[in-house]
Amino acid sequence: MATKKPSPGELGDLSLPNKHRDPICLTGFRKTKAVDWLKSLVLIRAAEEKIGEEFGKAVIKCPCHLVIGQEAPAVGLADHIRKGDRVFGAHRSHAHYLALGGDLHQLMAEVLGKETGCSKGMGGSMHLYQPQAGFHGSVPIVGSTIPIAVGAALSIQMDGTKNVAVSFLGDGATEEGVFHESLNFAANFRLPVVFIVENNLFSSHLHIDLRQPYNSTCRFAEANGIPWQRVDGNDVAAVSSACLAAIRQARSGKGPQFIEMVTYRWRGHVGHREDVDVGVKRKDDLNLWKKRDPIARLAKGMEKRKWLKTGELHRWKTEAEAAVHKAWDQASRDPYPKPEALLGRVYFQGENR
Amino acid sequence: MSTGKKTSYGQALRDGIAYLLKTYPEVFTIGQGLWSPWYVGNSMTDLDKEFGKERVIDTPVAELACTGVAVGAAISGKRPVIIHPRVDFALLAVDQIVNQAAKWCHMLGGQVSVPVTIRAIINRGGEQGAQHSQSLHSWFAHIPGLRMVMPATARDARDLLIASVLCDDPVMFIDDRWLYEQEEILPSPKEINLSKEGPEIRRSGKDITLVSCGYPLQQCLQAAQFMAERGIEAEVIDLRVLNPLKREPIVDSVRKTGRLLAVDGDWATCGMAAEVITSAVEGVEPGIWEKAPARITLPDAPAPTSKPLEQAYYFQVEDIVRKAAELVDGNK
Repeated sequence: MATKKPSPGELGDLSLPNKHRDPICLTGFRKTKAVDWLKSLVLIRAAEEKIGEEFGKAVIKCPCHLVIGQEAPAVGLADHIRKGDRVFGAHRSHAHYLALGGDLHQLMAEVLGKETGCSKGMGGSMHLYQPQAGFHGSVPIVGSTIPIAVGAALSIQMDGTKNVAVSFLGDGATEEGVFHESLNFAANFRLPVVFIVENNLFSSHLHIDLRQPYNSTCRFAEANGIPWQRVDGNDVAAVSSACLAAIRQARSGKGPQFIEMVTYRWRGHVGHREDVDVGVKRKDDLNLWKKRDPIARLAKGMEKRKWLKTGELHRWKTEAEAAVHKAWDQASRDPYPKPEALLGRVYFQGENR
Repeated sequence: MSTGKKTSYGQALRDGIAYLLKTYPEVFTIGQGLWSPWYVGNSMTDLDKEFGKERVIDTPVAELACTGVAVGAAISGKRPVIIHPRVDFALLAVDQIVNQAAKWCHMLGGQVSVPVTIRAIINRGGEQGAQHSQSLHSWFAHIPGLRMVMPATARDARDLLIASVLCDDPVMFIDDRWLYEQEEILPSPKEINLSKEGPEIRRSGKDITLVSCGYPLQQCLQAAQFMAERGIEAEVIDLRVLNPLKREPIVDSVRKTGRLLAVDGDWATCGMAAEVITSAVEGVEPGIWEKAPARITLPDAPAPTSKPLEQAYYFQVEDIVRKAAELVDGNK
């Protein structure tokens, strides 16, 4: 459920770490849906914990931007994605890939640079691709997939289907010029694209208060005449409801939509450590934000409705960890790309086609 | 079918786009000024009226987003042509061209093609100065994954444009307003495989090899004609596809002539002329060289506006003749 709209420029108490710790309100949702969310959240966290652990041991070398603490936006969006929809991510995209149903083993293989990876070992953590799951690419140049998602939406509009494109971006990307160009373009041509800003209050090491005069990015949607919603990004039910509404509008020709999801990452900008990018009050805030944990809050919401039996969450965590370890072990044994891949993949079209 | 009527380079570009729009529903064009006769010369005249404004899209002033939109459409089943009426403005879109379009195939394991054509126009001269005159084909040719095409004739303007759009890879296609009045009798449009295309010998000769691309190629042909009347037979090679560069025709020609003059309408340092000379030096045995290879390029300075400086900035046919004659006449 979207919160009230006090102002398109102010997050209000959504930015406060000591607020919004209550169990998630599940009114209007089925138990099976909540179970799916919880399992998905737990799997993503288990995968990220494992990747962080191996990164810490330098077994994984490629830069990994872990999503721990901010898993809910990806999970709440994934419910509403249909065949033919096109979702794009940025540098912190393991969650989006997995939430959409991206293959776990292929993710592990990719961060290890293996031929069996989702990008054949050529991309690493920052370049994920799994079109069969609706995930059409992620890149670490901040803001670069925003116009690409708009272009996917233009293609959809030309084809006349009811599909949508989704552009995931962070609050830092809203400072890039291409973000503003893309919102203007999408609104001007009424394209079926949903912009989702995961506002985790930080861009790398720098807090949004040190980067922008206002802490909510909804003002940019307002300025372009794009309908916007703002939700607690650690509340998967609120995320899902907002996505349902926005995607429904986009599918029915109402033009671009915008959702800001307020959340927080527990690890540093890159890598496994919590204390890499210590900003102003970061340590105190982090301890408070951990009490806004999207997994614990969903579990408590389910317990209130007696949808979660004793030990069930623990069992699912164990199962998720087992799945992650199995995928990891397999990926560890997989082959690296052959030397021919270096030059053989530069061009798609060879001389014989 | 040839009717004996001549077609200009500008008209040939328009014919190429019209052929694509007519034949392939997945092709569309997008860019600033496409509905205006002023931005793109006669290369897009009335295409919006013929094929609709949904497929000939005039855009907001946003080179980066518009290029990104074209890249996004290209990975979603379309074959867009994003048009930048001046190369200089395409620099605002370099992230999408260099970081995205050129990289996605490789970094996603060869699983995705990006069939986008970035058509940029050199529109220099007339005292337009530093930011309305650049060519930058050498710069773009430096990027693996980005095919760099530069047509010097009306036929290539049309058929290489068609080949670029039908190619599954991103193509930087740079045409030149100074060539728009260049005319020739053209056969019907022909679909060719861009990855098989490369340098072509435009004139055969035994005394010296001239290698060029774009507008200076026509200057080289004029220089060769002038020299032929004085008994010097120059071989003239048109690069056409600058990246990936097929080097064999250059090497083979220099093996025959023993002399090389690279002529390029771009800067010298790390430029296309340097690449041509290096290719020949690496491929041609030392004993074959009659003379050290040489190049004619723009001076390493931004384009000036003042008339006498501008005249000094752009080389003329006479400059090519003089340099070529030095190479042919001089002692070893």
